[in-house]
Amino acid sequence: MIAALLLVRSTSADVLPDNRADVFWSKYSGGGMDITGYSATARAKITENFAVEANYFVDKVSGASVDVLSQASVIKDERKQKSGTLEYLHDKTTYTASYTSSVERDYISETASFSLSQDMFGDLTTVTLGFANTHNTVGINSGTANKPDVSWVGHALTRAYSGGVSQIITKNFIAGVNLQVITDAGYLANPYREIRYLDPTKTIGYTLANQVYPDTHTSTAVQVQGKYYLPYRAAITALYRYYNDTWGVIGNTYELDYTHPIRNRWIFEGRVRYYKQNAASFYSDLFPFVDSQNFTARDQNLAALNNTTVGAKVTYAFLPDGWKVFKRGTVTFDASRIRFNYQDFRNIKNFGVAQGFGPGSEPLYNFNANVFQVFVSVYF
Amino acid sequence: MRSTSSLLKRCAMAAIVVASTAFAAGGDASGPAPSFTLTTLAGQPSGLSAYKGQVVMVNFWATWCGPCQQEMPLLDQMYKKYKPAGFTLIGVNVDKDAPPVKQLLERKPVSFPVLLDPANQVSKAYHVDEMPSSVIIDRKGQIRYIHRGYKPGDENDYQDRIRQLIRE
Amino acid sequence: MRCRQIVMLGAAVGTMLLASACSVQPWVKPYERDRLADPIMAWDRDAISSAYLDHIRESREGSRGATGGAGGGCGCN
Repeated sequence: MIAALLLVRSTSADVLPDNRADVFWSKYSGGGMDITGYSATARAKITENFAVEANYFVDKVSGASVDVLSQASVIKDERKQKSGTLEYLHDKTTYTASYTSSVERDYISETASFSLSQDMFGDLTTVTLGFANTHNTVGINSGTANKPDVSWVGHALTRAYSGGVSQIITKNFIAGVNLQVITDAGYLANPYREIRYLDPTKTIGYTLANQVYPDTHTSTAVQVQGKYYLPYRAAITALYRYYNDTWGVIGNTYELDYTHPIRNRWIFEGRVRYYKQNAASFYSDLFPFVDSQNFTARDQNLAALNNTTVGAKVTYAFLPDGWKVFKRGTVTFDASRIRFNYQDFRNIKNFGVAQGFGPGSEPLYNFNANVFQVFVSVYF
Repeated sequence: MRSTSSLLKRCAMAAIVVASTAFAAGGDASGPAPSFTLTTLAGQPSGLSAYKGQVVMVNFWATWCGPCQQEMPLLDQMYKKYKPAGFTLIGVNVDKDAPPVKQLLERKPVSFPVLLDPANQVSKAYHVDEMPSSVIIDRKGQIRYIHRGYKPGDENDYQDRIRQLIRE
Repeated sequence: MRCRQIVMLGAAVGTMLLASACSVQPWVKPYERDRLADPIMAWDRDAISSAYLDHIRESREGSRGATGGAGGGCGCN
């Protein structure tokens, strides 16, 4: 149940980037979930002005997260994502068009996006505009992991409008601001997640029920970022993102990165990120009674939460100056540790009346996740 | 309200004028070529005056500039071809430090003279507004043509201009 | 209400930049971009990795959007 990517990643619009191929492996484990991903990407210039890129990504999910209570068995699913991108450079404008399709047993997502990036003012300023259109088909597997029984429950349409300005401030300093407005309509809930309401007639003290989400959602995010070159050859990046939406969620993201190269061979990077959000207006960990509100949600993504990430990345160039047709070859290891803390989402999977916790007094949920990435990149 | 719209109109016109001149890859230029003296990698002084009476192409390049690297072998070929007819190519390097330049030229040597301009004095004097830039100067020391940037195929343009000026 | 204020502020800043840009020359020359051209100054050295991290965050947080960066680099043509 993962939404497709809506971001359009663009680069500088003066020359198209070098040809490149990557082979990528990733592992996420935390909160009872284990997700292993494999990916291959390749991009090449067909002419000096025209480039294509293709990417294939497979995610294998296994585990049982804390909020999936009605499914007794462990989730085992596979997600396959394919995407293709075309890039065209004319003078100082880069036009990019891409298509992505992500397919899981119970979720299909297709995105078409287009963006334009313009260099101006002596190549000191870059303005980017983008639009993406996503169609999602949502289903629910009422069977088991090995014997699935999927029924489709709804569709959702998402439109993302983005704009950004990047400005070179000094020889050592570049800054940028991005704005993205996203609107969705249709079936927007996670069909596996349920709410609970107080029910004295039950031994456990509550009854589970389906979530009821609004069928529209609009969000605005603004991110400001800066990157500064330190005199001994290193870079420091700081970013802040403000998010709010029509569901009442306000999110603040703060991130600091430090990049330290050693000659032509090594690049070390460290990052720290802090994220905090308040709960959506129709979210509650425990509703007082059945049908107490028009809209109800108990999805942990909409709870009041914060998370802290500490990450490190090492890149080693095994071909620093190239070999035959390859200009450069690198291998990268990236590890992050994320600590999630929920302020109003309780762990009702492991704690309840049987352990001596009445409904609403179970311990607040928190968990640690480890994320690993290893990839080999060749430039040609 | 009126003053804002007229300001925006004037700005838009100025932007269009600037844009139309800036986006041209190559343009005829005029004026005497500013003289300069720089040092070679070996530390020897050299400058434009050493090539008086020849057709000279001054190419501004850097080790960190991709298109500059792309055109270097083609510039080298062009230099070897037209040198007997009275043509010289001077590579003015704008890197802040010499070691990366030395390393690059050891791996990919060129036969034309390379001079170092770490203080960017010559780049400023020639109003370099794009990397790479090639300034073609005639036998009388007048700037005749400025080519901004490099895309494969531009070397044909250079050769046409050089041949034209050699015949003068 | 907030969204409209943000968009209007953005438009005002954009117009100011455009108006002021017409009378100002680019202050970082193309031959002074060695540091900006350094790969460590790219907003995103490995798009495949950043896209993956963004995806992990979007799946577990209520926020989305406005990530990424453009521009910078050597400014060569």
